[in-house]
Amino acid sequence: MPEPALVREQMRRSLVIARKDIRIYYSKGPVIIFGVLFPVFLFLSFTIGRDLSVDFMIPGLLGMILFFTATSISPIVVPWEAQARTLERLMSCPVRIKTIIVGDILASFAFGVGISLVTIMLGLFLGVTISSPFIFAIAVILAAFCFASLGTVFSIPPTNLPATVNMIAAVVKFPVVFISGVFIPLDQLPAWGQAVAYISPLTYFTDIARTSIQGQGHLPVVVDLLVLLAFTALFLVVAMKLHQRTMPRRI
Amino acid sequence: MTKYYGELLAVDHVSFTVGRGELFGFLGPNGAGKTTTVRMLTGVIRADEGSASISGHRVGTLKAKQIAGVVPEMANAYADLSAWDNLMLMAELYGIPASVARERGISLMQEMGLYPRKDSLVKTYSRGMKQRLILCMALVSDPEVLFLDEPTSGLDVQSVRLIKDLLQGLNAKGKTIFLTTHDMDEANQLCDRVAIINKGNIVAIDAPEKLRMATSGMHSVEISFDNVVSPEVLANIPGVNTVKKLGDKYRLYTANPGELVVSLANYSSSHGLNVISLNILVPSLEDAFVALTEKEAEHA
Repeated sequence: MPEPALVREQMRRSLVIARKDIRIYYSKGPVIIFGVLFPVFLFLSFTIGRDLSVDFMIPGLLGMILFFTATSISPIVVPWEAQARTLERLMSCPVRIKTIIVGDILASFAFGVGISLVTIMLGLFLGVTISSPFIFAIAVILAAFCFASLGTVFSIPPTNLPATVNMIAAVVKFPVVFISGVFIPLDQLPAWGQAVAYISPLTYFTDIARTSIQGQGHLPVVVDLLVLLAFTALFLVVAMKLHQRTMPRRI
Repeated sequence: MTKYYGELLAVDHVSFTVGRGELFGFLGPNGAGKTTTVRMLTGVIRADEGSASISGHRVGTLKAKQIAGVVPEMANAYADLSAWDNLMLMAELYGIPASVARERGISLMQEMGLYPRKDSLVKTYSRGMKQRLILCMALVSDPEVLFLDEPTSGLDVQSVRLIKDLLQGLNAKGKTIFLTTHDMDEANQLCDRVAIINKGNIVAIDAPEKLRMATSGMHSVEISFDNVVSPEVLANIPGVNTVKKLGDKYRLYTANPGELVVSLANYSSSHGLNVISLNILVPSLEDAFVALTEKEAEHA
């Protein structure tokens, strides 16, 4: 089969895997707790009682919701499947390991975009306006894909315990939220804080969200988008290369 | 093919050919390397050395996987999906058109006695029903070759019989079947040829009957007397290699059962014993298996 046809066929099978993930994993407790409830409560605990405008709060809330939801499913699917003894059956199907990983990323991506839309609707209901909705939509899609890819990087260590993977993810995710301009705009961070913020992909999405909603960001939108794209490519390559090595060791 | 797990040599230069349409058994004790071999053949893990091909396609490639159906050891279907959804999921992953998949799915589920419960979640299925479903999932793509790793292990009698009948039917239709098992009766009943693997090495490959008959010294005579006889006395009768007490009977292993029967008749008449029963037994596949794996252990 010529390569483009093969790629199309494997893409179709990635979508089948994503659909399976959506049906099985969206309603799982850890996904709802870590993906939806946790970021909402965390955000509320930092904002209630402070005199903050809706225009300031919504970009931060959106960034955090998107980051947590899009990284809630992709890390746990592979260890969960290994633990439930469904992974070997899946790996013996005519699908590449890359196809499985892309399927898991797509499921997480859809969850991230879906829950973010609710947040965006809430913002619009509260009166925020989005300048350049097209760029903003591209940013949401790109960031959701980037964070979902990051999620699969968390599950590279070949442990079959979803709780262990969640712990690894939490160690990365919580510091990232605090350094990414979610609670404190980048302009108000000291120089060393800004330097640290630049290594977080969430920084660039939050910056685009602030530009679109508050009318001013820290970096040009094009730079934000390009860096998000670079992070996405990096996470995808790392996840695919390393899962190729570790996935067979799970069974 | 050779496979290491760290320092452990799990499979050591295993090499064999399975003919098209053959039902090939892969026997071995626990930890012998059966599952590792199947996983290499189904492309789930890579061999550290060597390679294999299925119908000319290198194992692990999409083409090799496309023509194989797999029932992994201790595999599960997705417990949160219905049996039917599991089956259709597998069909989609093999690229089977929906109408063909539906037709095959109905036929397979009816044959396996699962159709009335097709819409139930798999988590409500018994172990036997789950295994029958996994077999349906392996067959929904109508594979040329079927790999089954211990498919009947720990199942109820009804499920075992259904699976065995299905395998025989598939083989009669020309499907090539690679079956790993440690159930000697199953291998004896189903397989055209068997390979015996022990500690990662293949110690024999042949038809079950040939393996049984080639096991010299494993013929035996089973005898019971009307009075107590000590096994040590029986062990001294010419031609007896080993004595095993089995309830009120003795099994005497010998290379020449004909001569042993004469010796036993002489012994019983000279000691005033009556023979209650006497049977000449040919070696079972299990005897052959034990003899071959023990010989391997001695060599090691």
